[in-house]
Amino acid sequence: MLDIPLWKRLLILGIIALGLLCAMPNLFYSRVEQHNDAIAAVERNGFETPEEAEARAGWPDWLPSGLVNLGLDLRGGAHLLGEVHVQDVYKARMDALWPELRDALVAQREVVGAVRRVQAPDGQLAVEIGNPDQMAKAVEIARGLATPVTSLSGAGQSDLAVSANGSRLIVQLSDAEKAATDDRTVQQSLEIVRRRIDEVGTREPTIQRQGKDRILIQVPGIGSAEELKELIGTTARLTFNPVISRTSDANARPGMGNVLLPSMDEPGVYYVIEESPVVTGEDLTDARPSFDQNGQPSVDFRFGPSGAKRFGAYTSANIGQPFAIVLDDQVISAPVIRQAITTGSGQISGSMNVEDSTRLAVLLRAGALPAEMTFLEERTIGPELGQDSIDAGRLSSVIATVAVVAYMIASYGFFGAIASIAVIINVILILAVMSMMGATLTLPGIAGIVLTVGTAVDANVIIYERIREELRAGKRVVKAIDDGFNEAMSAIIDANVTSFIAAMVMFFLGSGPVKGFAVTLTIGLVTSVFTAIYLTRLMIVFWLQWRKPKELIL
Amino acid sequence: MAFRLKLVPDNTSYNFFRWQWLTFGISALAMVASVVIVLVMGLNFGIDFKGGTTIRTESPTAFEVGDYRQALNNLDLGDVSITEVFDPSFGETKHVAMVRIGSTDKTGSVTPEQLNEIKAALKTVDPEVAFPAVESVGPKVSGELVMTAFYAVGAATLGIMLYIWLRFEWQFALGAVVSILHDVLLTVGIFSLFQLKFDLTTIAALLTTLGYSVNDTVVVFDRLRENLIKFKTMPLIDVMNLTVNETLSRTIMTAVTTALALGAMMIFGGDVIRGFVFAMLWGVFVGCYSTIYVAKNIVLWLGVKRDWTKPGPKEKSDVEDIPAAFRDAP
Repeated sequence: MLDIPLWKRLLILGIIALGLLCAMPNLFYSRVEQHNDAIAAVERNGFETPEEAEARAGWPDWLPSGLVNLGLDLRGGAHLLGEVHVQDVYKARMDALWPELRDALVAQREVVGAVRRVQAPDGQLAVEIGNPDQMAKAVEIARGLATPVTSLSGAGQSDLAVSANGSRLIVQLSDAEKAATDDRTVQQSLEIVRRRIDEVGTREPTIQRQGKDRILIQVPGIGSAEELKELIGTTARLTFNPVISRTSDANARPGMGNVLLPSMDEPGVYYVIEESPVVTGEDLTDARPSFDQNGQPSVDFRFGPSGAKRFGAYTSANIGQPFAIVLDDQVISAPVIRQAITTGSGQISGSMNVEDSTRLAVLLRAGALPAEMTFLEERTIGPELGQDSIDAGRLSSVIATVAVVAYMIASYGFFGAIASIAVIINVILILAVMSMMGATLTLPGIAGIVLTVGTAVDANVIIYERIREELRAGKRVVKAIDDGFNEAMSAIIDANVTSFIAAMVMFFLGSGPVKGFAVTLTIGLVTSVFTAIYLTRLMIVFWLQWRKPKELIL
Repeated sequence: MAFRLKLVPDNTSYNFFRWQWLTFGISALAMVASVVIVLVMGLNFGIDFKGGTTIRTESPTAFEVGDYRQALNNLDLGDVSITEVFDPSFGETKHVAMVRIGSTDKTGSVTPEQLNEIKAALKTVDPEVAFPAVESVGPKVSGELVMTAFYAVGAATLGIMLYIWLRFEWQFALGAVVSILHDVLLTVGIFSLFQLKFDLTTIAALLTTLGYSVNDTVVVFDRLRENLIKFKTMPLIDVMNLTVNETLSRTIMTAVTTALALGAMMIFGGDVIRGFVFAMLWGVFVGCYSTIYVAKNIVLWLGVKRDWTKPGPKEKSDVEDIPAAFRDAP
């Protein structure tokens, strides 16, 4: 065990040198961070401002520039866990299917009789048919509208589940299609959320899908979760619908195909509007905050060609009629059409302040969420609290290291000093690996590093205690050290594997800070085995070859 | 001769089984007591597990918890608790409190409007107050987190048990699991006894403790296996005593270095992390105890295979003078 070939020595020292190099940027955290930000900005914008050039020059390009990411609890920021209401989409799909199904059934009117849509739970389309004995034909027609599911797991299955109950034909999405739709809805929501957060330009947001229908959003540096929620929690579904009537009766019956929606600004005022919109927010190509002719904040928008055409056709056919601008089931305003709007652009005004109009413009540009999102978890950590935690973590790490080093040297003398060097290099290696992986350091993660300082010496302790025993048994120095390392090996491996199992469980089941802790712990286990087995041995071998000791007091 | 700090002298020969009924009795009693305490007093669950909102307040001037409570009483928030937080690093100009509001309705946490009302109400009593951290968790998530925590502890225990079973024998695995159970129960027990906040990080601490405790146990087992091969005819109880004595120095040494590191974190690491570090520190002590007094007692009672050179207990000559209770079942 004690003859270490030259290539192995070089490899061990090389790994440590690489570790030192990769951990170094963390010493100059803010400078390297500005350097990295500047590079990212240049890539994004395609040009470089003098400030960016200066920030970039603050750190040489040829040095590693990976940093340990600081978690929200250390940097401050907002954390949200949102749940996407994937079922919203089922209803929209059924509503969209109705005209198609109606036309198909009406074409066979002499067989199935009169058709009428009846009340059904959301996500189901129930149709009453005139000739219940011809239900088989109706089912066949409905099935004819189905298409195969386009997903890997559900391939080959139909997207509609059609059943009959007495005179009622019930259509809903099949389970395979529901799964595929859910997946798409969450993906889309994720994309929209990302676009909205990018629009306001905060740095390094984390936007991840979690589980089946959840989205985790972490934005460092933002003032509060409330702010973030206003930005991403709004569905922002904008539609332009024909107005049937205006009423103050909250219980008015809108009639089939119409809906009753409240006005956003005028309390107690309701509008009955046609449910299917003329144009929607999806037809928009641009939206900008501006001011209307009265100097009130408003939003200017522009339609794409097809939206502009439809909007132009509708407005020229309905001059003198009101139409409603609807945002998330509230009527922003219901102006009367004075002339055909064929330019494809328009203006939304209502009672809003500059902040509202700016936000609305961002939301309209980024697009609407495909389904509503509610928040299950929100956390805001102020940057000062994060800085306090960093300072406390740094202070306690230093004190912990000093205490452990002092104790090790008092217990094992020179060998204790060797183990201490190994422990300090171990901490540096943890930071190096985290920087290379871009892993996130959390406050429990700092505790994990401190814990590693305490436990990393364990492997050395096992080895040293073993060497002591071998020496007491009368073995010569070199033999005792050799046997000490050999015999201690299985205990070290077994002991670390069990800790590793616990860390893995935490990694897979934990979230946020706990996950950060598990990452640090796992990296710490690997690096501590490396430093204890390879580095300490190498240092001891160097010492043996240099001093050739005849006796050893350990 | 150079000075060496030795907490454990060389070549000890303590009889760790002398009081085995007492020590094991104490362990068993402590486990039962923990369960009773948890059942009677319950755990002070954090919002991770119970849902609700916590607001951390920070003010340069001293405040009365009563004033804060008075200010919030008018808001109809339901279950509100306010605790002042102390830390040596705060000094004279930093006064911190944690305001916790239980989950008010089905959607869980307080609404943004309520949050603003709370902040405004606290500002009227203490105009300089700031809110460095606000966290809320809905009951849906907290319910899942409770399950996740259970799964985590279960999965870790199972994984460790399997590994020890593979590397050693089932008796060792069982011994390790009983000592894990011991450590987990005692940690949960002390959190209940002192009504410390029990949240997701506590579970992380528990899992770490669990890894540490088993780590400790495994080192002893490893040496035990070695000694069982070396001293084939020595009674199991003596082999065990020898093993624990041989590894005692290491057990204490590692416990001390770990306790030193965690102790530094506990004192200087700030109040945010203190509960987490306390759980681990306590775990180190309990784990150390269970290594010496719980895990191997189980193995002793279950008996163990004595011949490690060949598969299966075949060579009768080696087991002749071992008490029947410690022999392998045929």
